[in-house]
Amino acid sequence: MPNEPKYFGESLPYLKPFQKKGLLIAIEGTDGCGRSTQLALLKNWLEVKGYAVVETGWARSNLMHKSLEMAKSGNMMDRMTFTLLYATDFADRFENLIIPALRSGHIVLIDRYIWTAMVRDVVRQSDPKWIRNMFSFALVPDLSLYMKIDIETLVPRVIEGGGMNYWEAGMDLHMGQDLFDSFVNYQVALISEYDKLAKEFDFETIDARKTVEEIRGDIREKVKALLDKAKPKK
Amino acid sequence: MSVFDKKHDYPGKLFIVEGVDGSGKSTQIDLLKKWLESEGYSVFFTVWNSSDLVKETTKDAKKKNLLTPTTFSLLHATDFADRLNYQIIPPLKAGMIVLADRYAYTAFARDVVRGVSPQWVRNLYSFAVKPDISFYFDVPIQTAVDRILSNRAEIKFHEAGMDMGLHMDTKESFKIFQGRILDEYKKMVDEFDLTVVDATNEIHDQQDIVRQKVQAALKGYSKKRTLYAKRAKVFWRKFTVS
Repeated sequence: MPNEPKYFGESLPYLKPFQKKGLLIAIEGTDGCGRSTQLALLKNWLEVKGYAVVETGWARSNLMHKSLEMAKSGNMMDRMTFTLLYATDFADRFENLIIPALRSGHIVLIDRYIWTAMVRDVVRQSDPKWIRNMFSFALVPDLSLYMKIDIETLVPRVIEGGGMNYWEAGMDLHMGQDLFDSFVNYQVALISEYDKLAKEFDFETIDARKTVEEIRGDIREKVKALLDKAKPKK
Repeated sequence: MSVFDKKHDYPGKLFIVEGVDGSGKSTQIDLLKKWLESEGYSVFFTVWNSSDLVKETTKDAKKKNLLTPTTFSLLHATDFADRLNYQIIPPLKAGMIVLADRYAYTAFARDVVRGVSPQWVRNLYSFAVKPDISFYFDVPIQTAVDRILSNRAEIKFHEAGMDMGLHMDTKESFKIFQGRILDEYKKMVDEFDLTVVDATNEIHDQQDIVRQKVQAALKGYSKKRTLYAKRAKVFWRKFTVS
């Protein structure tokens, strides 16, 4: 199963070459599409099957916690600074958690990957080359699951699941007269960007409009195919 | 990759100073500021690694030695982006003079020595504006080391590049690390058209050269009248939520 790691661009120059013994599975999709529910189910399923799993997600590094909270609480309005904060968070988890876990043969489940930064930035009209270069050191996941949802399904889910907030509604972009309009317009824009990336980066698309059980089944199928492929040939 | 190849078209002016620790650049920019203010110019001043947004994070992470070359570089870029958008571009748009103690070139020198790719870090800062003059205070490494050692009781851990495992001894490590940074600066003189000032000269003589260059760059610049030229200026009043 060990294989050569594949990067989007150049790997970090100072990173010692290594054999990737584990697998990296990323799950992407817009706010409220059910990523974290499915990730928890997947983790449990894999562990029951005997795989060691490490889970990580967007903005979860200890390093950047305080700065991100400060930024989100409204004392900053600049897009590039936001992107850089998230990139720092990502790099910290990438070098200190993801790489070591893959080295030692874990399955790494990651809630949101570099595409989250890309879609949010593109919607805000920044230079796509800049952000792609920034994240060029990242590993190409072995499996990138994209939970595709439509706005009709998304709205009731978000309302049931804790409500819309300022950032999920893209309020900094003033895309609508009120929270609802802004949320709808922003999320539609994000979904359309995700759809574009899905083609470019070979996402495995999962229909996130289905029930939790159905989605769980679809995801297991994709992951099972990956595990079978990764098994050492006898 | 070419960055900063475009001149900004804001009505203000941006002057920055660069150089290794101990090159005397901070002394020079302080003197420049005094002079401009006494001439009645409205001056805005910004310093490397000083944004509230990441200051605590950086300080804490450095203390605990948590940073990799990449997170070190990204944190400083975050600080820079925040200051660029709050402290550099708005005053330039308002037609003021902005002075910066260290600019993106500091990252191009230090971060590359720490191990990131030169192209990658240049891309990271590609959103920055090109200064009207970038002064580079050139000094032999031994002079810089002597100045630092005679002025300070202690050299800081990261200043000496102790995280890189260059040498067990702080002073030796500092010398090797700063020497490598110096090499990177020298490479940048042509790449970014830096204005070299011989920093082994007397402080006063160096300042004369700086003022001459600045005066030439201010030709045609219309002075912004403010009531209190020497009063510290704030562009953005942050609100606090308790």
